[in-house]
Amino acid sequence: MSVSLPAKTLRRRVSDLFYLRPRFLLLLLLIPPLLWLGIIYLGSLFNLLLYSFYSLNDFTGQVEYRFSLSAFGQLFSSPANIDIVVRTTLMALAVTLACAVIAFPIAYYIAFYTRGGSKTFWYLMVLLPLWSSYLIKVYAWRLILASEGVVSWFFDALGLGWLLEGLLSVPVVGGTSLSNSYLGMFLVFTYIWLPYMILPIIAALERVPKSLVQASADLGARPRQTFWKVIWPLTVPGVAAGSIFTFSLTLGDYIIPQVVGQPGFFIGQMVYVQQGTAGNLPLAAAFSVVPVVIIAVYLLVVRRMGAFNAL
Amino acid sequence: MSNAVELINLSCHFGPVRAVDGVDLEVRPGEFFSMLGPSGSGKTTCLRLIGGFEQPSAGAIRLFGQDAGRLPPYARDVNTVFQDYALFPHMNVRDNVAYALMVRGVGRAERYRRAEEMLEQVKLAGFGDRRPGQLSGGQRQRVALARALINQPKLLLLDEPLGALDLKLREEMQIELKALQRSLGITFIYVTHDQSEALSMSDRVAVFNQGRIEQLDTPKRLYEYPRTEFVARFVGSANVLEGSAIGLEGKYALRPERIRVQAGHHGGPNCLAGELLDVHYLGSQTRYEVRVGNQRLTAIASSDEQELPIGGPVTLGWEPSALRELEVAR
Repeated sequence: MSVSLPAKTLRRRVSDLFYLRPRFLLLLLLIPPLLWLGIIYLGSLFNLLLYSFYSLNDFTGQVEYRFSLSAFGQLFSSPANIDIVVRTTLMALAVTLACAVIAFPIAYYIAFYTRGGSKTFWYLMVLLPLWSSYLIKVYAWRLILASEGVVSWFFDALGLGWLLEGLLSVPVVGGTSLSNSYLGMFLVFTYIWLPYMILPIIAALERVPKSLVQASADLGARPRQTFWKVIWPLTVPGVAAGSIFTFSLTLGDYIIPQVVGQPGFFIGQMVYVQQGTAGNLPLAAAFSVVPVVIIAVYLLVVRRMGAFNAL
Repeated sequence: MSNAVELINLSCHFGPVRAVDGVDLEVRPGEFFSMLGPSGSGKTTCLRLIGGFEQPSAGAIRLFGQDAGRLPPYARDVNTVFQDYALFPHMNVRDNVAYALMVRGVGRAERYRRAEEMLEQVKLAGFGDRRPGQLSGGQRQRVALARALINQPKLLLLDEPLGALDLKLREEMQIELKALQRSLGITFIYVTHDQSEALSMSDRVAVFNQGRIEQLDTPKRLYEYPRTEFVARFVGSANVLEGSAIGLEGKYALRPERIRVQAGHHGGPNCLAGELLDVHYLGSQTRYEVRVGNQRLTAIASSDEQELPIGGPVTLGWEPSALRELEVAR
């Protein structure tokens, strides 16, 4: 007598199909995100690239859908636009560097010296700022950095008012107050993006087995040598990942430069203004291609330097 | 010549856990010394104390006559083969092996030459350009060995180095390790939970239990004259008899191969009557499980023609000299 199976209901047929053809199930699960990523995300990026090669008819204010390099010509022929690109890039580099320098010891501590409950606590401390609104934090910083704000009060209370004055009198980075200077903008950027640097570095450090550190010491390496020969090379991919976040987020931001700092434009603001108020979509597109290119170059350089060798 | 290692009343506590609890031992220069014990017995912590990866809570560590208890690992003339090998994944095999020379500032040409020599010695010549990830477990183990030996340490610590290898490879490596130790003439301290490994390779073995040394002896004496029930049961297998069952005082260990099994019930001294529970035929040997009273005893004999029925009456007999009196637990 043969074994009697329950009747083949529809649900059962579907289960059987998915079990016997796992790739089919995978395909079904992947189609929505692929559509989203492929069409909506990459598609619009491609469209943007396309727009940067159109031109704006100055007379009618209409976009002319013919190939033209006039938007890029406009971008690079104006010293003011070059200034914007240079200013934004330098700020992004400075913020990235500062984030890396501040984040590394914090990540090192969390990865190597905390466990269980205290690790959760420190993760929470890193993530907590991300729970509150970005805008609120930026405006709060404007108040903190204002000429009558907490920071200047603190400097005065310590009798270090002269130091703050000195910092603010430095040309270019200084200004009338921290909230009206590139120094202040730099502080806010660094604060806002810091978690995005700390988290990938923690992840990279936690993947370094303790035994490697011990083996290095066992073979005669002093702590400094162990750091540079073993820990650092294995953590560079994490630092690189974090720096991509901080670098690209700074390149594209258009809120912080509006709220804190000097009146000079940043790339993000320029895109915002050109596509909105000015209605010059091709120029806005050309401006937004700039960070894409810079990031691509940055990735190439980082790769050439061997940042991903340990992956 | 001073001892390679002296541990004097050494303790290492992690919170309430006494990982190492008052250990005294001396390791002689050139000796193959094993620390044997179940997991959590303190043997690895003891090794890590010698290597400098843990700090003693009390007691002293002397390496070649010098106090080393507070020295960091990089200041000790000791190298370690780690259980997981701990090869640097971002370096190729040659750079891994040459690492100890690199951190001492030896020039590239010189250190690569010596790394190549070391690789030859562990039969990995020509593997220098590979990454550790491209090697098999056995090859990684050899790289770890070459890396630890390149600086010609006077003392090599091995933390279950063969644990991750399969049985056949493990047996091969045991022979090679022992030969290497003889030819180099350096002191090996070898941590293992595998009693047959410890017995076959070591000059002396310290058996660890609950952070203390139960017995420190040559393999032969350890097996023939176990001092405590723990050692008797952990090193080889043993039947532990209550003296009262055989008309004696105290507790006794009796090795299974020292027991004769005969069919039927016979009276007399130095024997016990029981019921045959099970017979395991192992090829050259046969193992008998016998119930005597409420105790289960094991006997091992060379296989022969005799066929005993399971469930039938048997008598276990032994020479009086085969009994080993055990220390009664403190």
